Amino acid sequence: MVSSKFDSLKEVVYTPESQLRHPRQFVQSMWQDLLASRELAWRLMVRDISAQYRQSFLGVFWAFLPPLATALVFVILNSRKVINIGETDIPYPAFVMFGTVLWQIFVDSLNAPLKSVTASKSMLAKINFPKEAIILSGMGQALFNLVIKLLILIVVFLIYKLPLGWGTALSLLAILDLVLLGMMFGLLITPIGVLYSDIAMGLTVVTGLWFFVTPVVYPPPTTFPFSLLAILNPVSPILVGARDLATQGVLENPIPFFVVTSIMLVVLVLTWVVYRLAVPILVEKMSA
Amino acid sequence: MSNSEILVKAENVSKKFCRSLKKSLWYGMKDIGAELVGQNRQRKLRTEEFWAVTNVSFELSRGECIGLIGRNGAGKSTLLKMLNGLIKPDKGRITVRGRVGALIELGAGFNPILTGRENIYINAAVLGIRKQEVDKKLDPIIEFAEIGDFINTPVQYYSSGMRVRLGFAVAAQLEPDVLFIDEVLAVGDLGFKIKCLNAVNELMRNSAVIFVSHSMQFISWLCTKVMVLNAGKVEFSGNDVPAGIDYYYTRFERPDQTVSGSDKAVISDVQVFSGQRRASAGEMLLLNYGDDLSIQMGLSLDSLVSQPAIRIVIWDQELRPVVDCFSPFSGFEINPKSSSRIKLHLINLQLNMGVYSIAIVVVDLSNNCGEVLSRIDHAAHFQVKTTYTSWAPVLLRGEWKAEEC
Repeated sequence: MVSSKFDSLKEVVYTPESQLRHPRQFVQSMWQDLLASRELAWRLMVRDISAQYRQSFLGVFWAFLPPLATALVFVILNSRKVINIGETDIPYPAFVMFGTVLWQIFVDSLNAPLKSVTASKSMLAKINFPKEAIILSGMGQALFNLVIKLLILIVVFLIYKLPLGWGTALSLLAILDLVLLGMMFGLLITPIGVLYSDIAMGLTVVTGLWFFVTPVVYPPPTTFPFSLLAILNPVSPILVGARDLATQGVLENPIPFFVVTSIMLVVLVLTWVVYRLAVPILVEKMSA
Repeated sequence: MSNSEILVKAENVSKKFCRSLKKSLWYGMKDIGAELVGQNRQRKLRTEEFWAVTNVSFELSRGECIGLIGRNGAGKSTLLKMLNGLIKPDKGRITVRGRVGALIELGAGFNPILTGRENIYINAAVLGIRKQEVDKKLDPIIEFAEIGDFINTPVQYYSSGMRVRLGFAVAAQLEPDVLFIDEVLAVGDLGFKIKCLNAVNELMRNSAVIFVSHSMQFISWLCTKVMVLNAGKVEFSGNDVPAGIDYYYTRFERPDQTVSGSDKAVISDVQVFSGQRRASAGEMLLLNYGDDLSIQMGLSLDSLVSQPAIRIVIWDQELRPVVDCFSPFSGFEINPKSSSRIKLHLINLQLNMGVYSIAIVVVDLSNNCGEVLSRIDHAAHFQVKTTYTSWAPVLLRGEWKAEEC
């Protein structure tokens, strides 16, 4: 006789079959794990953030520094006419400060997934826990850094007496959009990045170049062929959109913004699927 | 609980690994690709691949504990990882029912900068213990770990023992249906070891346990079943735990003889006897509890040696010395000028079950530090069988008496 408690126990089956053979079960487990990972994700996030700042004397200052430094360089270059940026709708220092902060937010989100997974290798190899937690905690940290960086932007607002409006509030959503876009790219490269260190190295180089082909320190070009940047580079419409919303209250080019956002959301879910499927294989390779 | 409450079932489970890193990473890419297009895993071996686990099947019900034994690399941990769902099997099928707990990596998720208290919550979250549960059990955890006032100190200032104790204390709060244990038992000092074992015993009572260990004492003490793995294959599987341990001992665990020292003494032709039975180096002598044991060896000394002495040490399987015979302690003197055949006779050997190894050390006592002239480790092996098995290395019958009062 089997006790009734036994029947209520959750049963898990492991086979060599691809999990995609049972799509319904797979989607169910994705959802369940996402829910189950919340508490752990929170713990891991709090752990990493507090550890990061507890051992540092300057603390959050380090979150301000990189965008401030980049902005300063371009403000000097522009004021000395070393480079010619052209006209911007708002004072150039404010413009460039916005751009670099937003770019930094994107880069943080881009780096977060691979960084978190690499840091959790030993845990992944030994303990079974919802793997979404690692990604969510990485995203949480990126959001935390974002909040700190928003402080810079508030200061910029006050100094340049930029008008606050509904667009400013909406720009927060656009910034979240930017975070998700970064996460999407980051998650996309994570499975390969865990196997091959080339990815992490290449990522630094790529983001360095990417910075220059994104309208961060200059307004979106309107003349062909440079105007292609705004079309081919998915970061452009989101970053520019966030900046426009915040500083001018309007989305000047809504179509590319929403096209990129929709594609991004779909791809983000797909990269999540890839990540889930890849983890057991990655664990095998890191511990074998 | 009924016997049909099978919580873990493995059916012909196999797993392959790759020897070369480059290939392994490349196969990883391919496997991810295959997984994405819904293809099942390659069942055939590719270049540089080998079967790390082959055709393992077993069933485990609540209240049972299966011991996985085998040498390093036999596939125990790989099997455990598959059962735990960390990696997928390449063949076969694994079914696991109920809440799973694992005592595999103690203190997973610990951050050295954070305090013990903070790390308790992190580690618990990693193991899937909810915050409310931890809140309730926080004091028992701290007490169990014997951390005391250090609980608000960063874990990086803990001794390694404290860290493991804290990790164990958290893991011991699990209430699993299925429990995996990999070599983490008995951490810390003696007092804590006993606490650990009691805690594990408590956990085991209500779950199905898969237990990996090199300690045959733990295996014989805790397990109801045993499986011996060698190169990924099951060589023994059954409910007769002592027989399984015997199988393992007699076939696999026999380290090779090693010789060291200054070579001013040469030990040759070591033999062990018991009654009519004898064994030389590399062979196993079988003894029953209480049998006599003789050890013989040839000894020739360099002319410079003036005050030689012999020490014979019997080590158990865990390389603990359990018997030490030192010639000066017995008042036995060795003539330094001649080569001779030395014999040591031990009467009524009261060692517990297990395989033992004999080390012979010849020293010169004339200089203060006692120069080691020659030392042979694992010079000979013998196995003791008993009807009763327990923890201790020595079993004594003693005299029992009851006085009416």
